[in-house]
Amino acid sequence: MVFEVFRQERKGQAFQHAGSLAAPDERFAEEYAREFYGRRGESQAVWVVPREAIHEIDDFADELERNYHRVDGYSLKEKLRAARERAGTSAS
Amino acid sequence: MSGRAQALLELADDELVLGWRDSEWTGIAPSLEEDVAFSSIAQNEIGHARALYELAARELGTTADELAFDRPPDDYRCSRFVELRLVPEWDQTIVRHYLYEVADGVRIEELRRSGDSEIAGLAAKIDREEVYHRIHAEMWIDRLRGSREAERADAAAERLYPLALGLLDEALRPVFVERVAAKTGWDFSGEATAPRGEHDDGWEPLWQEMTEVRRSEPGAKW
Repeated sequence: MVFEVFRQERKGQAFQHAGSLAAPDERFAEEYAREFYGRRGESQAVWVVPREAIHEIDDFADELERNYHRVDGYSLKEKLRAARERAGTSAS
Repeated sequence: MSGRAQALLELADDELVLGWRDSEWTGIAPSLEEDVAFSSIAQNEIGHARALYELAARELGTTADELAFDRPPDDYRCSRFVELRLVPEWDQTIVRHYLYEVADGVRIEELRRSGDSEIAGLAAKIDREEVYHRIHAEMWIDRLRGSREAERADAAAERLYPLALGLLDEALRPVFVERVAAKTGWDFSGEATAPRGEHDDGWEPLWQEMTEVRRSEPGAKW
């Protein structure tokens, strides 16, 4: 079985994906996660999750190209450069 | 040498030699994950040996390194149980690991009750790591005994159990016998065990290997 491990670096912080490991069952997975992601004091806590328990979604509809929905849709950098040129100040 | 120093050396020698033997699995354990886990356990055991040698060294006016590597092979007090080279027999390695952790648990519990606060304190510290060794040993022993290879585990236990008893003073053996029987049904306590300090043929080559680098430059500061 493959398990995904999420690591919390400090109390209160979000858990972030740390990596995955192979183990025959949950007991082994927990022990291995402790060794791989915890023994150097690098984690406050870890989540050990069987990969099958994770629902992955990778289809997202955006048929009408409404790029203002997207984080890269509105380029502040371009507009800032143009504004600076108009004002006659340099980029940095 | 005081009884205290003698007892510390017995324990330290067991931990050093077992750590050494377990470390022979580094790079060749049955899975990458297990390789890291088992190597880490081996390293912990050597760490425990170091702490125990340091305690003995303070009393004996020497250093942990000198106690670990500069004694002649006949002076080592480790049990034959830890000296056995078990690579590439993973089932036997797991059975030894399990029996060792049970015996070591019994021994450490006793030391935690010691009137000597240094020894009791160190035993408590060591035990906090040993908790995870026991979890590891027990999950493996359950897996082995629940598999098609259960008979191999039984055969390994029959061979190793009497030697494991040699780790403990006679007074502590009944606790070991009871704990192992409760989990596995194994009880080979009727068999003769090996007295501590008696080594077999594998010991001399192991000592040669363990001390090789240290002996290559006597007196060097590493």
